[in-house]
Amino acid sequence: MPTDTIDIRYVAKLAQIALTDEEIERFGKQLGELLGHVHALTELEIESVPATAQVVESRNVMREDRLGPSLDRERVLAQAPQRQGPFFRVPRIIAE
Amino acid sequence: MEELIERSAADIAAEVRAGRVSASHVTEATLAHVDSVEPVVGSYLTVLSDLARTHAARVDDRIRKGELLPLAGVPIAVKDNMCLDGTRTTCGSKILENWVAPYTATAVARLLDAGAVPIGKANCDEFAMGSSCENSALGTTRNPYDLSRVPGGSSGGSAAAVAAGEAAIGLGSDTGGSIREPGAFCNLIGFKPTYGRVSRYGLIAFASSLDQIGPLARSVEDAALAYDAMAGYDAMDATSIDRPVEPTATSLREDLRGLRIGIVREFDTKVLGEDLDRLYHAAYLDLERLGAELVEVSLPSADYGLATYYLIAPAECSSNLARFDGVRYGLRIDGNDVREMYDNTRAAGFGAEVKRRILIGTYALSSGYYDAYYVRAQKARTLIARDFQNAFAACDLVACPAASCPAFEFAAKSDPYSMYLMDYYTIPMSLAGLPALSVPCGWTTPQGGRVRMPIGLQLCAPLFGEKLLLGAAHAYEQATKHARARKPVTLEVNA
Repeated sequence: MPTDTIDIRYVAKLAQIALTDEEIERFGKQLGELLGHVHALTELEIESVPATAQVVESRNVMREDRLGPSLDRERVLAQAPQRQGPFFRVPRIIAE
Repeated sequence: MEELIERSAADIAAEVRAGRVSASHVTEATLAHVDSVEPVVGSYLTVLSDLARTHAARVDDRIRKGELLPLAGVPIAVKDNMCLDGTRTTCGSKILENWVAPYTATAVARLLDAGAVPIGKANCDEFAMGSSCENSALGTTRNPYDLSRVPGGSSGGSAAAVAAGEAAIGLGSDTGGSIREPGAFCNLIGFKPTYGRVSRYGLIAFASSLDQIGPLARSVEDAALAYDAMAGYDAMDATSIDRPVEPTATSLREDLRGLRIGIVREFDTKVLGEDLDRLYHAAYLDLERLGAELVEVSLPSADYGLATYYLIAPAECSSNLARFDGVRYGLRIDGNDVREMYDNTRAAGFGAEVKRRILIGTYALSSGYYDAYYVRAQKARTLIARDFQNAFAACDLVACPAASCPAFEFAAKSDPYSMYLMDYYTIPMSLAGLPALSVPCGWTTPQGGRVRMPIGLQLCAPLFGEKLLLGAAHAYEQATKHARARKPVTLEVNA
């Protein structure tokens, strides 16, 4: 298991959360401590053990591709922070 | 009126079905009680007075037409991470503070179909991440048995509501112990069914391989009634299990004869202190007295449960909570471009615990660390599930503590890891997908505490063993009646 300290700025960027300097310090310390506890997993001999993603039944769930009722568009759009007609409005994505 | 709010869901439903009391009357009594105790308990983020009255009138109408509703007129509290059409659904988070659900979760809809009346949306730790309800960004919930203590979490609002008589049944969700621990803290049955047994359609996701909806109730019979109404396949949830549900409320047992109950060698209760050690030993002996044969079982990997869980759950949460980006719903804080808008929105919308878990999960899933952390945790999960399989070769049920202490005071667990430790006994069952519940098993005066607080015994069954689990819990509950030793302080508010 890696022992590197977390580059918390990089992780926050991946997670899309702006952190204050105080949070960077505090979370960095707390996450480092948690990873220390998690390190206990290296004690287990598990190279040959299969991974478990889901416990109860592993199966693919298929259904017919049929039209059914869906949520009312107006009700859903009414909750958007910003909308324009039938669209969600977001800040500019592509630079001019 | 006071008597009504202390009645069991089974009693209320029977009275309403028989026409001796109306659902509307029960609802009015409950709403009046909510008014009087909410200022001190704070179970609800939203009280649904109008909706409750509408539903109650509808139930009374259905009763007049001769419908036999199993939960006729039963007031319920719905954890605020479950959708109920037209009601504010916040997850205890600023990011969803004003979001109104446009549909109803299947589990909630099934309870309402069965005649239940929604009293309110209950407080919870933000996005169900926590063990005390203190991580809610929107309100404080107090333990009805000692207002200076937490109700547990994350389903703390639902638990407090049921304990305080503000509902007869509470809906909770359990990812690593979030129904069982508040159940233990609030003198209730807290029941997490088998993974996939209750539909999660409309439950706002935290960790999808672990989340499961279940009831909190003042009796095993009530928990069984709620479970029977909710359980079963739902086409809207691809992870719900398509196999017949065995009714449980009609199969409750009076004794434990013929059952082998496993006591876990690795869970030595001496570490919990003299008083809890004595109480748990007394509980195990009561199981024996009721006819069970106690056998020692071993869960050698259970000690790794916490480490496993705190990789898997944050990893899944970092993925699930990526949807809160200020675009389609909830809070938006503007920025110079779209990325800055995401960053600002999530910075302002999420509280510290949610941020911590998203960060740890993002890290565990990031390139170069995925195998070392996430895959290793998934392998450890296999070992924990195998431990239970081996244990259940030698026993029918496993018994152990539900939590390592009674309800603690506010701000007592300010270090995140000390809060994570609260789930030590409940996480292994979650990782293995097993049905488990907490049932009151005694009272202890916490260090520095003024009054006795309840503690819970955890019982766990093999996959789909709900009938046996609830049946056995009922036998234990009826023989010991620990829950009746004290009333919540909120019933003294009116007196």
